[in-house]
Amino acid sequence: MISFLLNQQQIDITQIDPDTTVLNYLREQCHLTGTKEGCASGDCGACTVVVAEPSDNGKEPLAYRAINSCVTSMGALHGKQLLTVEHLADGQTLHPIQQAMVDHHASQCGFCTPGFVMSAFALYHQHSNNTNRDAVIDALSGNLCRCTGYRPIIDATLQACQQRQPDKFTQQAEHTRQALLNMQNQPGNVPGLYRPTTRSELAALKAAFPDATLVAGSTDLALTVTQQLGTLGDVIYLPSVVELQRLQQTEDRLIIGSAVPLSTLHPWLVERIPALAELFQRFASLPIRNQATLGGNIANASPIGDLPPVVLALEGIVVLDDGTEQRRVPASDFFQGYRKTALLPTEWIDSIEIPLPSANTVIGAYKISKRHEDDISAICAVFALTIEDDVIRQISSGFGGVAATPVQAKTLAASLQGKSWTDKQTCEEGMQLLRVAFSPIDDVRGSADYRKESLARVWKRFWLSHTPGNETLPVRVIEHA
Amino acid sequence: MRKLIDAPANQQTGDVIGKSQPHESAIRQVTGQARYVDDYVVPMGTYHAAVGLATDTRATLKGLDLEAVRQSPGVIDVITIDDIPGQRDIAPVFDGDPILVDGEIRFHGQPLFAVLADTHRHAQQAATKARVVSEPLPPCLSVSQAHEQQRFVRPLHRMERGDWQAGLESSQHIASAHLSIGGQEHMYLEGQVALAIPDEEDRLLIHTSSQHPSEVQKLVAEVLDVPLNKVVVDMRRMGGGFGGKETQAAQWACLAAVLARRNGRAVKLRLPRAQDMQATGKRHPFENGYTVGFDAQGLIQACHVDISGNCGISADLSDAIVDRAMFHADNGYYLGDCLVEGHRCQTNQVSHTAFRGFGGPQGMIMAEAMMDRIARTVQQDPLSVRKRNLYDADARSETHYGMPVGKPLLADLIEKLEHSSDYWQRREAITAFNQGSPVIKRGLALTPVKFGISFTAKHLNQAGALVHVYTDGSVQVNHGGTEMGQGLHTKIAQIAANELGIGTDGIEVTATRTDKVPNTSPTAASSGTDINGKAVQNACQQIRQRLAEFYAASVNGDADTVVFSQGRVQCNGKSTTFQDLVQQAYIGRVSLSASGFYKTPKIHYDRDTGKGRPFFYFAYGAACSEVQLDVLTGEYKVTRVDILHDVGNSINPAIDRGQIEGGFIQGMGWLTTEELRWNADGKLDSNNPATYKIPAIGDTPAIFNVDLYPRANDEDSIYHSKAVGEPPFMLAISVWCAIKDAIASTADYRHDPDLNTPATPEQVLWALKSLEEPS
Repeated sequence: MISFLLNQQQIDITQIDPDTTVLNYLREQCHLTGTKEGCASGDCGACTVVVAEPSDNGKEPLAYRAINSCVTSMGALHGKQLLTVEHLADGQTLHPIQQAMVDHHASQCGFCTPGFVMSAFALYHQHSNNTNRDAVIDALSGNLCRCTGYRPIIDATLQACQQRQPDKFTQQAEHTRQALLNMQNQPGNVPGLYRPTTRSELAALKAAFPDATLVAGSTDLALTVTQQLGTLGDVIYLPSVVELQRLQQTEDRLIIGSAVPLSTLHPWLVERIPALAELFQRFASLPIRNQATLGGNIANASPIGDLPPVVLALEGIVVLDDGTEQRRVPASDFFQGYRKTALLPTEWIDSIEIPLPSANTVIGAYKISKRHEDDISAICAVFALTIEDDVIRQISSGFGGVAATPVQAKTLAASLQGKSWTDKQTCEEGMQLLRVAFSPIDDVRGSADYRKESLARVWKRFWLSHTPGNETLPVRVIEHA
Repeated sequence: MRKLIDAPANQQTGDVIGKSQPHESAIRQVTGQARYVDDYVVPMGTYHAAVGLATDTRATLKGLDLEAVRQSPGVIDVITIDDIPGQRDIAPVFDGDPILVDGEIRFHGQPLFAVLADTHRHAQQAATKARVVSEPLPPCLSVSQAHEQQRFVRPLHRMERGDWQAGLESSQHIASAHLSIGGQEHMYLEGQVALAIPDEEDRLLIHTSSQHPSEVQKLVAEVLDVPLNKVVVDMRRMGGGFGGKETQAAQWACLAAVLARRNGRAVKLRLPRAQDMQATGKRHPFENGYTVGFDAQGLIQACHVDISGNCGISADLSDAIVDRAMFHADNGYYLGDCLVEGHRCQTNQVSHTAFRGFGGPQGMIMAEAMMDRIARTVQQDPLSVRKRNLYDADARSETHYGMPVGKPLLADLIEKLEHSSDYWQRREAITAFNQGSPVIKRGLALTPVKFGISFTAKHLNQAGALVHVYTDGSVQVNHGGTEMGQGLHTKIAQIAANELGIGTDGIEVTATRTDKVPNTSPTAASSGTDINGKAVQNACQQIRQRLAEFYAASVNGDADTVVFSQGRVQCNGKSTTFQDLVQQAYIGRVSLSASGFYKTPKIHYDRDTGKGRPFFYFAYGAACSEVQLDVLTGEYKVTRVDILHDVGNSINPAIDRGQIEGGFIQGMGWLTTEELRWNADGKLDSNNPATYKIPAIGDTPAIFNVDLYPRANDEDSIYHSKAVGEPPFMLAISVWCAIKDAIASTADYRHDPDLNTPATPEQVLWALKSLEEPS
């Protein structure tokens, strides 16, 4: 039984088509039509809803996250509170976010408005002391508006979040938390949609339903249903497995559970490897990062995923598990062909291990896309260099958007190791090598020539950013925290 | 209160006009209660329709095997063109838009058939199962191919003044260039949708998301072969339109209507996003060129502007769209002796259609392209060259189509913006910054907008309204305009409230319905408030006059001295409430309902001579944009924008500002990230929001100053306001010019780089490389 709170009402579902998205459930089964379908692919945010779940940070009773309901499996709701735009007002009194949207003239056609309200509402409940413009933009990066030009939406969200008052949700939070914890103690399975909670349960389900689709964030897999009009068949929902949710640092490595949402991974990983800030910030949008996982991004092996290049460049290890045995596959051996990986049908990804970079490693992680927020890379490039006394000891790299798989540039290491990092010739040579390293294709995100040329030029940017005398040069149109 | 210059006298604008009232649906929108067609509670037994799209770009249809579609789960009915009971062509003006493929597949994504099923998903799944037998024909995929093959949807049109060839020959300098201008997907957040509900016998009610309910009514009646009076179209609101629902919303309503009639059930047809993007037209891509002659000061002597619109497969609205591009090839500048030619090229793409600006942007950008090129040639700041070429009040005061420009407001408007945006100080600072910054370059540009207001199809410049006053004093207003987010109903409520001297709380503006106001024009050409506002004013004034006469008689006063204000009516030292007067008037058998009408005066245009006054007036504006550019990758960011825009006497400053900001950002998207890409076979690759990128929230400039130019419209428009829907879109040309300015800085501003639009980072990188010194 999948149990959750729909706004304040407890819902217990004993039977549902596993392909049902939360959006279709709301609109077609509950007739809650405030939540809109704009694209059914997680790209526009008109369908944004908020899920609240018991928080484990010891401060607030509940954690609120905005998600795209159009790409969310019903299995993701078990033990959570699903909040929709219809429920925010307190009787005739609008929620402060809603009132601010009215006061700032932030809705025109109004079709995107419920989604913006929900994303802003999630931000309202982040309990940050000083929500600034950047935080608002990050929170609303997954919501498209075609009418307003966004300025009044930014102003409204800023004003409401800078004058936070306890709302009806704050008052009910303890009560809600308890109700959710009680639900979480119950198994959340329905026929065809299984939510294992431990490694052994997962192994048993995998044995019982060998053809079942493994689903984590479902932000990409859901398109099978919503865009290709296909079916996922039986579904095993991975984020409920406790082992897959760990974030662990050992003496020499970081261990990232495959089903940790990227928005949880983001601050933890960036604290340890600050150079990754830009890629995380620009990875899809916050609602997508609230569901998407590193395991999913790697398993799907898309040549334009943004995290495989990171794992490649940092020489990560993908830990595969079949319930009895684990095997550790270097990321460079994991991606075998277009959307083909080393993962066996009996296995799942347990975790990704990333060796901690040494103190003399410099890392650059760059993404080029038409639009800054919420876009797929034309190219993604990650460089990691170990430099001792200006001599390049080691270079590793990872790239997206230049081949059928995420790839490394072996020639870069072969040619530049042992050379002087600050020598201008090193910069030039790297550019030349990268121009010819791959044979990318022309597509909607960029031409082959642009991909080759911009790879070379981000190498130059990397070189400029990390050579003495140049560090103070402005080299970015936007600075990333 | 804003200061009004030259404000015409005797304007009764009370306290409700000029007030920043919230959008009439704002509370319903933020609480999720505002309903769109897909949200309606549907009648029992409603079925769902889907369309199957062609995957050939051009082919003869040899066979269409729909057996697997019929056998698909949940399927009720399948129709092709042969099942249309009435007219098969649903073209708006000139023939050429069959409702479904009629013998020849003419573009990739053309609807072949429609299927009806018990659920939306079943219909969608069934629609993928047809087997098509086709014989490919060679498609025409570009403007240049269309010129080679002489394929045009309408004949060439010319606007000509003086001996432009001699003018070019005698000019001190000559420059020519070609510019490829990309199209634009509307990306209204609410996709195309219609709900057809059969009524008794052959009657039908249609809910549609359309800017043109009357045309939907007409076409539904024609495809069903029933008189127009059997069909009622109801349109409460759209989740965005932008021109994309002017003509191209009708097809889905017509298909739903045919299926509803055949099956006796309500039918909903909603296009999934990727189908919407493939099967409906876009802003026209253009391929334009110019040759311009000018003197040493950069003053234009003569020019030739050659404009070619990629119209797609049929005329749709393309004749008027290419005309509007031609009307705006001057923007705010006197072109001297000139020839402006406009070709309507036919290609095997979906029929391109109306989109905010309606061809104006693709013409106007040519004027700005010329200004930049002239400025670099004569080595002056582009703003100086722009100012020098503006229309004046003397010899250079008439457009290339013979319309006097009237008071040359742009010079004053630009001067004010120049000052408020600190243009010259920032120009100096930017030049200095660029000298010390090899990787990041800054660019600055200030460009004006002059946009003609009126439909160029003269007959469309009319509007109707229907106003009812009920016995409790509440008022219902209906008019021919449609609400797509632009705030039309809000302004209309303000107008009605002002005329009747009551608050907007007492006014309910209802859904646009063809049975309340007939034979309406589309809500387009920025005309919504101008024409419908006047019609509503006309209706309200009739009722007010009747009430005034009735009240004056009861207090022995003069009807002309009755004042309606703040919910009260006064005359001859007496007063009563509006509500009481209405009740008394009802008892006294006074009609409390009136229909209003308006037609725009003064306009005319002669296509044979290419001369006339096609526009009632011009709306003006100017924008100053600053960008930051990364010369390594071509990435850039718009960091500051200052806008001064002319809305005349603003009816609702907050709504006008919303149109200005929203139009600007949408225009910026058109020129920067929004790239339509068809593959070599003619299939649209950028067919979803993952591959087609409209501006996101981070693209809004951190500094975004917008002011209204404080001057009433000289013409007698509604309260001397000005139309605001389209003109601000073209303020975004300043972004394109600022990007070019930043690129030009890498070669010491000696050259004006060629930069096709959209200026994606890739295009910018190639433009940068074209200026790099060979090493």
